[in-house]
Amino acid sequence: MFDKEKLEGIKETKAEYQKKVAKSLEKFPERKKQFVTGSNQEVERLYTPDDIADLDYEKDLGFPGEYPFTRGVQPTMYRGRFWTMRQYAGFATAEESNKRYKYLLEQGQTGLSVAFDLPTQIGYDSDHSLSEGEVGKVGVAIDSLKDMEILFDGIPLDKVSTSMTINAPASVLLAMYIAVAEKQGVSSDQLRGTIQNDILKEYIARGTYIFPTAPSMRLITDIFEYCSKDVPNWNTISISGYHIREAGSSAVQEVAFTLANGIAYVEAAIKAGLDVDTFAPRLSFFFNAHNDLLEEVAKFRAARRLWAKIMKERFNAKSPKSMQLKFHTQTGGSTLTAQQPDNNIVRVAIQTLAAVLGGTQSLHTNSKDEALALPTEDSVRVALRTQQIVAYESGVAETVDPLAGSYYVESLTTSIEDAAMDYIQKIDALGGAAAAIEKGFIQKEIMDSSYEYQKQVESNERIVVGMNKFQIKEESPKGLLRVDPAVGELQKEKIQRLKAERDNKAVEVKLDNLKKAAQGEENLMPLILDAVRSYATLGEICGVLREVFGEYQQSVIL
Amino acid sequence: MDLAEGLLKKDKRAAARLISMVENNNQEAIEILSKLYQHTGKARVIGITGPPGAGKSTLTDKLTKALRRQNKTVAIIAVDPTSPFTGGSILGDRVRMSDLYTDTGVFIRSMGTRGHLGGLSKATLGAVKVLDIYGFDYIFIETVGVGQSEIDIVKASDSVLMVMVPGLGDDIQAIKAGIMEIGDVFVINKADREGADRTKVEIEMMLDFNHRDWRPPVLKAVALNNDGIDEVIEKLYEHYSYLEESGKLLEKRRNNSEMEILELTHRSLMDELLNEGNKNEVRNLVEEVVHRRLDPYTASNQLIRKMLDTRRID
Amino acid sequence: MARPIRVLVAKPGLDGHDRGAKVIARALRDAGMEVIYTGLRQTPEQIVQAAIQEDVHVVALSILSGAHNHLLPKVVELLKAENVYEDILVLGGGVIPDEDIPFLKEKGLAEIFTPGTPTQVTIDFIKNNLRREL
Repeated sequence: MFDKEKLEGIKETKAEYQKKVAKSLEKFPERKKQFVTGSNQEVERLYTPDDIADLDYEKDLGFPGEYPFTRGVQPTMYRGRFWTMRQYAGFATAEESNKRYKYLLEQGQTGLSVAFDLPTQIGYDSDHSLSEGEVGKVGVAIDSLKDMEILFDGIPLDKVSTSMTINAPASVLLAMYIAVAEKQGVSSDQLRGTIQNDILKEYIARGTYIFPTAPSMRLITDIFEYCSKDVPNWNTISISGYHIREAGSSAVQEVAFTLANGIAYVEAAIKAGLDVDTFAPRLSFFFNAHNDLLEEVAKFRAARRLWAKIMKERFNAKSPKSMQLKFHTQTGGSTLTAQQPDNNIVRVAIQTLAAVLGGTQSLHTNSKDEALALPTEDSVRVALRTQQIVAYESGVAETVDPLAGSYYVESLTTSIEDAAMDYIQKIDALGGAAAAIEKGFIQKEIMDSSYEYQKQVESNERIVVGMNKFQIKEESPKGLLRVDPAVGELQKEKIQRLKAERDNKAVEVKLDNLKKAAQGEENLMPLILDAVRSYATLGEICGVLREVFGEYQQSVIL
Repeated sequence: MDLAEGLLKKDKRAAARLISMVENNNQEAIEILSKLYQHTGKARVIGITGPPGAGKSTLTDKLTKALRRQNKTVAIIAVDPTSPFTGGSILGDRVRMSDLYTDTGVFIRSMGTRGHLGGLSKATLGAVKVLDIYGFDYIFIETVGVGQSEIDIVKASDSVLMVMVPGLGDDIQAIKAGIMEIGDVFVINKADREGADRTKVEIEMMLDFNHRDWRPPVLKAVALNNDGIDEVIEKLYEHYSYLEESGKLLEKRRNNSEMEILELTHRSLMDELLNEGNKNEVRNLVEEVVHRRLDPYTASNQLIRKMLDTRRID
Repeated sequence: MARPIRVLVAKPGLDGHDRGAKVIARALRDAGMEVIYTGLRQTPEQIVQAAIQEDVHVVALSILSGAHNHLLPKVVELLKAENVYEDILVLGGGVIPDEDIPFLKEKGLAEIFTPGTPTQVTIDFIKNNLRREL
């Protein structure tokens, strides 16, 4: 990017500058011996053109909307329209969550994001013994199509886009969504939204898995195939680095392991006979935004460039849409402190900037009280307002990729991409992401980073404001949102009523059909949809699949 | 709680506490085991070993479930290495066996190697005795097949199950010397992976060099899917019948007893040698030897004579 | 021979967030303890049986699902029913609001460690509060 002679000159002056600084350091030492980013990459004193001498503008950065998409996936980015502001919400019953969704839409939110409770995520009905105490706690409890109908009551599904954080039983919840739309008179090709559907990161970091790897991958590719024909505007997977980062990974590891999982899904779909350009445009990603603003921006840019190269070079994708890494971002839950929770608003604002400067397509901002409990309505509003302030007041959305060309950001972008690529090659050598997970390699790498971070915080090498420095005496926060423990009983009653009212013969037949199909090789989506329409419960459907597929065995390497 | 009585009444708390005491070299526990020794010898003890990542815990889990379906009770001792630096350890084998926790006919105990010098087999053998007295039909000892002390442990079992995985290649060459000859039944786990048949042939070839009356069978299994588990159990039964009918069981147990007695003796002599009273004596002898006033042979003889004298006075 | 403190680190409830459990497991190991790790989704029954058979000094329960008021007291109840509670120090950790802590302590949890607690605090607490001799 720079002329050779000029570069030589800069190199020389830089050496002189470093010499001068070295002398003055005796009198005025720097704060630390070594400076590192939020995830322990070394940071130099100063970045100059010399640090990005090899950068080729056309090849490495290009123009927004064009390969390799370093500067963004759309030509005009936020000058066209802002990112989708999408707050993840859901708790207790479908009735209560429905109220919260309507409130958020009134407040100017532009998309829905459904949080399910743990029993739903693991495929148990609310009346299962393992569901005790868990019903409605971290999200909404959905046992059957009945609950789903209530959840979206009065919300026109052809008008909103809905993201659902659901993985192991993703096909069941998607089927319920399609069935609700049918009842609203909305055809499935009008539906827009995303299911998370990313089982590999469940094995790695999030833990809500059900089935072993092979049948899980089959369910996923069944969805890819089904949606490419019947629900063409649906994002069939959201390949998630978010939880990998929450588990304690570094920024590099977040990119590396997420893209390695992405590679595994693409390979599985190709192996199942799908053409890469039919499903790849519907792949989407989900990343975390932490506090190290510039490292995070570089991370998003590196991920975009690396994925474009992978799709083009490794998988021979032809459509540019297949090469675009589109992503949702959530601010980092693990960065929030239970101490002085108001400080979290500031953290979230920085993280919002990182996501926006990094070119995100949609964003969830965490509420200040999430280190303590589920967010209250007030704190959710502040979180949403944070996005709106960045969008309307900060000015960062007025031009595309404003940090491009920063010596530091470009240098970091390249180093993150290179380090992530090294990991991907290691994972390839282990036999791909699934094998690397089974061997515990990925989990161990994350665990090492997480433990390292913990030790840095405990030794005060790393400062977390309000937690290990600048503490105050404070009273316990009041007015936290609590889920009524009666929710469990309520859901149980609902299931009993459902089972008394529905045509149980029909349910039995549908479940039996599903079982036979699961033993064979046909696409399971239509059969699941059929079972859902007859009001078979989530637990019944997953139960049948558990019988045929078995359950995943955790791989723990500490 | 009277531990001896509790153990005979099949109280798991008593069994668990006694194992801890044995691990801690507690004299009271040793007295209890001496007193109840006549109740041992009924359990079938099976060592399960193999390289890390071979799926030993999963296999143990499935074998246990299969035996439980036949109404046999099973105890599992899972041995994991202890950090030589901090003395701590994370014992994670249980993760793959969590369905078994609440089964009343199953007992699972995790053990760290704790850097015992040869003391590991003492602790493990003690635990086996506790579980044998308790009355478990089967006792599995699961351990990574590396290091002499682990080999010593599995040697003490009636049958040794060697767990392999496809594609070990050079690894097989490396481990064959120490481990191949102690396996009584070989299982290639994760046999749905590429190279299972080749690994089987390689192991068979190596076994061809070993001329034993019992030719170890080489089986294939996918423990995760419960494939091949019944065959493993069948072959373990066969091996046990072979041991009984050929008289090898007694021979094996004779060898094991001999080894145990010698080792216990060795350990207590060493303990006594290094106790406070003798430390000075040793130190003096060292000084003599280092200054060439005495040779090490004579020094050692003097020490032995002194110890024998003290023992006689006792 | 050293007699290490034996600790069962367990995750009751259905949440899969085991970062905290794993960090504490490593920290206790590095403090010279023997840590028995049970993995995710453990029922109170499973946890109590494991605690008995492993003859642990400490049961450390990590939970982030919000079901703590239901599941943690249940572990204590079952330990009492098995007559082993007197010997075992029962600790809780995870996203647990301050206002729930008095209730949990009343139910028999010795201490609750919330996010941001240095691992050394937990280690010291264990060393100073064992309920039986090593």
